[in-house]
Amino acid sequence: MFLRRTLLKRHSVLPGFDLALGFALLYISLIVLIPLSAAFLKTFTLTWQQFLDATTTPRVMASYRLTFGASLLAALLNAVFGLIVAWVLVRYQFPSKRLIDALVDLPFALPTAVAGIALTAIWAQNGSLGQHLPFKVSYTPLGVWIALVFIGLPFVVRTVQPVLEDVNRELEEAAATLGAKRWQTFRHVVFPIVMPALLTGFALAFARALGEYGSVIFIAGNMPMVSEITPLLIITKLEQYDYAGATAIAVVMLVAAFGLLLLINLLQSWARKRQGGLA
Amino acid sequence: MNTVALPNAAPTRAGTAPRRIRGATTEAPWVRVLLIGLALAFMTLFLFVPLVTVFYEALKKGWDVYLAAIVEADALSAIKLTLLAAVISVPLNLVFGIAAAWAIAKFEFHGKNLLLTLIDLPFSVSPVIAGLIYVLVFGLQGWAGSWFIDNDLKIIFAVPGIVLATVFVTFPFVARELIPLMQAQGIEQEEAARVLGANGWQMFRRVTLPNVKWALLYGVILCNARAMGEFGAVSVVSGHIRGQTNTLPLHIEIVYNEYQFAAAFAVASLLALLALVTLGLKYLVEQRVKSQLRGDSDRHEQAKNPS
Repeated sequence: MFLRRTLLKRHSVLPGFDLALGFALLYISLIVLIPLSAAFLKTFTLTWQQFLDATTTPRVMASYRLTFGASLLAALLNAVFGLIVAWVLVRYQFPSKRLIDALVDLPFALPTAVAGIALTAIWAQNGSLGQHLPFKVSYTPLGVWIALVFIGLPFVVRTVQPVLEDVNRELEEAAATLGAKRWQTFRHVVFPIVMPALLTGFALAFARALGEYGSVIFIAGNMPMVSEITPLLIITKLEQYDYAGATAIAVVMLVAAFGLLLLINLLQSWARKRQGGLA
Repeated sequence: MNTVALPNAAPTRAGTAPRRIRGATTEAPWVRVLLIGLALAFMTLFLFVPLVTVFYEALKKGWDVYLAAIVEADALSAIKLTLLAAVISVPLNLVFGIAAAWAIAKFEFHGKNLLLTLIDLPFSVSPVIAGLIYVLVFGLQGWAGSWFIDNDLKIIFAVPGIVLATVFVTFPFVARELIPLMQAQGIEQEEAARVLGANGWQMFRRVTLPNVKWALLYGVILCNARAMGEFGAVSVVSGHIRGQTNTLPLHIEIVYNEYQFAAAFAVASLLALLALVTLGLKYLVEQRVKSQLRGDSDRHEQAKNPS
């Protein structure tokens, strides 16, 4: 009864609030919060100088550049093509449309290790597509980028698609009546409506790419300073029993991830407000 | 359906043949073809080709090699461990998902947004870090590590660690599917059930559960797919002991790194099949949820305007 009395904003006749919330909080604490706080507490065993040394060596810095750079570029490509795919799925009729729609979620459903070895088989120098290319894809940052495009693909499509479905066609008709060309209608009427969703999808794809491991390590070749991503570096440190060093890098990545999560939440509440205003 | 036919709107001035005009809210045909082409090319390159590659590489050396790779002892024990991890973590997360969704969707309380953010947290934590935090708690130098080792309980580099890591990465799925649907459905039906004298369990079983069963199934499907396919988190805590602590994805990595590509892809094809089944079920369930929501809103309309 304690939770019900202290937390509930309105009286409710429905039962089970204490049990449901109590269990949920206990479960989250045990599975997520306590282990996660272990990571932050572990870094307190380091002095500030040790923390900086562990997280800013040239090899670690190179891995940040690769991870953040490739993730950003992958999310950008996904933003452009995700918008096109969402547009095509919502507005046009064409054969295989349902199949395409269902397959958009494949990167969510396909285990990352499977994606990793498949992408390597395609883009390696003797791979089905890689052998026809004049430049190397696997074992370069380009390979990392391809893997990150794959795993980020559904995010933009799935955030933009429902918003696009809800766009009031009368707004577009009004724009056309007022003399707007089709492109002008898209730029000044449709695009501003889907923009918050597009940004959210972009941020989600970026956040997912930052932490990605399984699909990247096979195609990346993992050469230090060249194609070694930060999550792999954490594992390498762990295998050398450098727990403090691994945790320090992990905390840097966690802070980046939480910052993004906050940004995504802000974007979504902004999107909701805008949609509310337009409806 | 996008070209609006306007039979009498075409300007037919004397001397000019009537021209088919485009609806004001559709694109020129060449734009449409270009966009569809771009979308298909992108999807083919980044989705179809990898998917087909898995099955092509798996069967390249014939059925015998394919079957041998799957019935091999290490592969079978990996399949068993993968199933075990899923069988434990999915029901746990199912119970959590229902509890969290009930509290969040049916009550207004302080700190609700914080709870929602916490539920999303595992999505934004790298799987590698998910594994790492359990090593920090239960590993040799960890907080609880020495106690567990004194009592001869191995968590890290053993099955319990694999299960824990799997629970962590899959725990939002059921809750995420249930919360929006249950919020949309509101609390009127449950309140009615209470007023009519149903106890809590009857209300849940007869009213809430039938209303959310498809979304629940969908959440379980997604949760299961991720539980069986998780790689990064499990890789950190597993220790890679062949025949003992290897799940299917880890087994794929080991076989692949031994250059047994056909065998690696054969095992991978099992997980790819699971992914396809997941997508198929997801599609079916989505259709159900859509028609159910439509049915709900129809009933609401009828209730509002009794004719």
